[in-house]
Amino acid sequence: MLTETQSPVQDPTMAGQQPLLLGRGLTKRYGKVVALDNCDFDLYPGEILAVIGDNGAGKSTLIKAVSGAVIPDEGDVFLDGQKVSFRSPTEARQAGIETVYQTLAMSPALSIADNMFMGRELRRPGVMGEWLRMLDRPRMEKFAREKLTELGLMTIQNINQSVETLSGGQRQGVAVARAAAFGSKVIILDEPTAALGVKESRRVLELILDVKSRGIPIILISHNMPHVFEVADRIHVHRLGRRLCVIRPQNHTMSDAVAYMTGARVPDTEFETA
Amino acid sequence: MSGTDNFEAVVKERRTEAVAEFHEDKTLIRRFQNALHAAPSLVPLIVLLVSVLLFAGLVGSRFFSAGTLTLILQQVQLVGIVAAAQTLVILTAGIDLSVGAIAVLSSVIMGQFAFRYGIPVPLSILCGLGAGTILGMINGWLVAVMKLPPFIVTLGTWQIILATNFLYSANETIRAQDIEANAPALQFFAQTFKIGADENGRGGATFTYGVIFMILLIAVLSYALRSTAWGRHVYATGDDPDAAQLSGVNVRATLISVYALSGLICAFAGWALIGRIGSVSPTSGAELNIQSITAVVIGGISLFGGRGSIWGALFGALIVGVFSLGLRLLGVDPQWTFFFIGLLIIVAVAVDQWIRKVAA
Ligand SMILES: Nc1ncnc2c1ncn2[C@@H]1O[C@H](COP(=O)(O)OP(=O)(O)OP(=O)(O)O)[C@@H](O)[C@H]1O
Ligand SMILES: [Mg+2]
Repeated sequence: MLTETQSPVQDPTMAGQQPLLLGRGLTKRYGKVVALDNCDFDLYPGEILAVIGDNGAGKSTLIKAVSGAVIPDEGDVFLDGQKVSFRSPTEARQAGIETVYQTLAMSPALSIADNMFMGRELRRPGVMGEWLRMLDRPRMEKFAREKLTELGLMTIQNINQSVETLSGGQRQGVAVARAAAFGSKVIILDEPTAALGVKESRRVLELILDVKSRGIPIILISHNMPHVFEVADRIHVHRLGRRLCVIRPQNHTMSDAVAYMTGARVPDTEFETA
Repeated sequence: MSGTDNFEAVVKERRTEAVAEFHEDKTLIRRFQNALHAAPSLVPLIVLLVSVLLFAGLVGSRFFSAGTLTLILQQVQLVGIVAAAQTLVILTAGIDLSVGAIAVLSSVIMGQFAFRYGIPVPLSILCGLGAGTILGMINGWLVAVMKLPPFIVTLGTWQIILATNFLYSANETIRAQDIEANAPALQFFAQTFKIGADENGRGGATFTYGVIFMILLIAVLSYALRSTAWGRHVYATGDDPDAAQLSGVNVRATLISVYALSGLICAFAGWALIGRIGSVSPTSGAELNIQSITAVVIGGISLFGGRGSIWGALFGALIVGVFSLGLRLLGVDPQWTFFFIGLLIIVAVAVDQWIRKVAA
């Protein structure tokens, strides 16, 4: 079918540019299930890369492998041309990669503010923070409130309510706000609008474009073709644990994309020009 | 893009109002449920106050005196300290069955190091505290790194530690008089001071250092759990360890720190145990396991982890203390104490389930 993906082929159509985030030969097995099968992956600076594929194709596993949540059995990840091997999501976050996982990764019993700052809590200045390690609740709450208001997903007075009392969509909003607020290099969104209403999805799409305008590239996993075709610069089609092809939305219809990802049709080339 | 009706254009324009308004549920029951959800130690506090008033009514003013009430504090100090350790572990959705064994072995180490080897008493005490911490760390390592279930791990270490305790001490008790004469520091937590007694030293409130330690310990832990990042991580780990890990918590380090701290607190309980019974006895402290779990459960701390306040554990221990002493003063069969405690446990768990429904 396609070109050999064994060697580090770069997208020839992105001539001259260096990928910001790059995966080569990524493999991850769960027992007998091969979730990622020698998969390549490129994300270029400032772009929105959509990742589409059937259920169980390995999309979530792919982004977990580049964000430290899963350690690949084989293969390498490069950030800014440097080889990185994140051993935990925290390490990837410290490198500026922020992820909204499909499961959202929130602690239901804790408050919105606590969740937004989990693992990077702010401490009070001075003795209280230094010696007594006291959290700076007012500062964290103010920040959380601002971010949620920006996203238009929350009313303001409820920043201390526990996440379990939010609806599924509201939870997703908090998770997206968390990633957008802290991501400095790459933001990864695994089905960020799956539980959102029409209006809330719109906001998230606007947020994605807003993040892009700040120069930060985004990986967007979604099953929603209209959304993908609206915002994506390139679309990574994932099939059976590997990259099948990368297409450009202006050259294809949604039915083409669906045909590729389900295997109904085979793409002509792995990469294509704009 | 092709062929999509532009239904989303509508929301592009109309989006001035706040989305997802929260509206308060106004019924009384709902509000109560929400209040409990926010402050889970409220129930045990109410039960505690009601039971104090109840026994004050039944027994008379004798019960409501400073002397009796502080006597209850003295009687629950050990359970209170161990329940604090148990709370930490249960908040991470674990359970520590080895708390009593760690307490006893630590007290035996403190005593034997001082008496058998002639090590200076403060150093012996430090050794005991260190031993408790290491035993806790072993539990933590088995749970966090080897990923074994806490119930099984501590069931095993409980037997191992208890057996070590008997083998090492050769079943030998160090008598109270010897300790009093040669190593009074071992009985430090039994020292008392009185507030409001008359000239002859009668009446008034009597506090032991053990009681003060218990209250300070719970206050400090309550602060750490509520107002530090570590505390938030303990709750997050108990709530959903996978989510905690993904959102940047070092779950492994958090678990090990919790079990190690639990071991240290149990060693302090071992020290207080010497003060309580006067002697160092390898057969003491056997009931602390069940009593601490009982206090934690009655205190409204969820056995599923991630929910509850450590003050609840203190209230739970006090409720048990009030019932035991109250029923004793009434002269009824002490079995009634167990009868009522059993009822309270079941009610507490039912209330926990009900509170969780807020989240539904
Ligand atoms: N923790 C795990 N343990 C075992 N198997 C797993 C695990 N995670 C993923 N898998 C398997 O790996 C494969 C790929 O899963 P993955 O979650 O990456 O799919 P996906 O493309 O994100 O699907 P979806 O669109 O449904 O989210 C599936 O067959 C799944 O069963
Ligand atoms: Mg997925």
